[in-house]
Amino acid sequence: MPIVAHPSEIVETIEMIRYLKFDVRAATLSLSLMDCATSDLKLMLSLVEEKLKSILPGFVEAVDEVAERFGVPIVNKRLSVTPLSVLAEPYASKSLEDGRRALVELASTIDSTVGECDVDYVGGFSAYVARGSTPGDQALLSCIADVLSSTERLFSSINAAQTGIGVNVDAIYEVSKQVKRLSELTPKGIGCVKLGVFANLPEDVPFMPGAHHGPNMPSEALHIAISGPGVVEHAIKARCQGKSLTEVFEEVKRVVFKITRAGELIGKEIAERIGVKLCTVDLSLAPSPTIGDSVADIIEAMGVESFGAPGTLAALALLTEGLRRGGAMATTNVGGFSGVMLPGSEDLGLTDAIKRGSASLWCLVACCSICSTGLDMVCIPGDTPVEVIAGLMADVLSIGVMNSKAVGVRVIPVPGAKPGDEVDFGGLLGRSVVLDVGGFTPRDFICRRGEIPHYKHRW
Amino acid sequence: MSTSLEDKELIVVTVVGADRTGIVAGITNVLAGLNVNIEDISQTVLRGFFAMILIADMSKATCSLRELREKLEVKAKELGVEVFVQHASIFRAMHRV
Repeated sequence: MPIVAHPSEIVETIEMIRYLKFDVRAATLSLSLMDCATSDLKLMLSLVEEKLKSILPGFVEAVDEVAERFGVPIVNKRLSVTPLSVLAEPYASKSLEDGRRALVELASTIDSTVGECDVDYVGGFSAYVARGSTPGDQALLSCIADVLSSTERLFSSINAAQTGIGVNVDAIYEVSKQVKRLSELTPKGIGCVKLGVFANLPEDVPFMPGAHHGPNMPSEALHIAISGPGVVEHAIKARCQGKSLTEVFEEVKRVVFKITRAGELIGKEIAERIGVKLCTVDLSLAPSPTIGDSVADIIEAMGVESFGAPGTLAALALLTEGLRRGGAMATTNVGGFSGVMLPGSEDLGLTDAIKRGSASLWCLVACCSICSTGLDMVCIPGDTPVEVIAGLMADVLSIGVMNSKAVGVRVIPVPGAKPGDEVDFGGLLGRSVVLDVGGFTPRDFICRRGEIPHYKHRW
Repeated sequence: MSTSLEDKELIVVTVVGADRTGIVAGITNVLAGLNVNIEDISQTVLRGFFAMILIADMSKATCSLRELREKLEVKAKELGVEVFVQHASIFRAMHRV
């Protein structure tokens, strides 16, 4: 019996890391800022800054040490905080303008402090508004574009729909306006990558833009996001030639178990070093814009000629179920989205499929019924009307509400771009093709405003 | 009395590249110089390349894992191979239930 593992198992791990892009996408520290809440703005800003500076350096050091120890890259160090709408409440209750001012200053303080501490991203410019909104929520919704265009690392998530509550079209309309404004304020509309609107947003997401310190959490916790589309694609190509779908499913389960166990070990080690609880491991298969790290390529490796062809949803279902079964056995607490992600510009295989004409906007909407992040990183023409953006959001969020699943929308109206134009965002944001939203509008439907109620038997 | 497995700080050093004279000697010399004790050596193939796997105990090492990796990477560059240094627990976690 080998003292560590069989040599073939050792080289399998090396192969995953060296050749198949296996990494931990993010270690996300989830932090409550409720102890900083006060109606004295100056005091609140200094409490927040002090708290972040006392905790973040140790977190960053622990992540670097653990990545070094196990030889597994940890791509991002992230922070998620209490939804800032909550901290804005005392100010917004006085006036909307006071609330906005507090939020702008709070966002700026958090953004710069996080940057000084070498944390890559911070999530929590967030609000829960499925049922309705408080003054703090309204202040936040009204200044998303201003805040995200003037900060670097801050992300925003709005939970505007919930199973058992419904879809808040008023909130969606407001977010759509912010998306449109953000696209005008930032080059190529790139600021829109920092804003997502969600249904059933999990409170323990380690991925941006959804990450925030939600309810049901201890004051501090750690979430881990693993990533290995390349590992799964290779496993199917190398070991499933001529095999049945059942055997492909087994193979997906087997490799996801392994990469999730690595994530769990890494998470436990970081959590122990900084003295917090490892809350969850998010099993999501998250692509990155490098060759061999694509979910669309996995679907094609299974035998669908080009992503988007009939059979795509079935293949995604097999992949999602295999992922969850393998991952659930490997970690105690599965969290976040834990599904298959299809971020438009970040998945090069998907970008190719769009270019080939096999994946349309409506194909991606249909994928939202199975994939976890929904309509994500999708480029649309810059002149798309606000009501069309709101209609898309309402459609996708309705899929989430009616099917009790987490789902979101992150669209990028690219100024001046027309359907078919290619857009390169650079780096980890990748490149994509502008999709056709069609020539018709849901304006009269969206402008009725109000909500789409949903009932779920709860007792 | 031999040291039990729990007292050891086991690491896995994997060297990947074209097989040639001097690789084993080059790598093991670095380990010996830093008082890292070799427990097991095996070899296999990774993507058509020679892969040497050394299991070693760092509990009495005179350097940190980071320093060891840096020194091994310098040596690997000289030898024209790639080297990976990892704590052994990652392999147990991934390959044992």
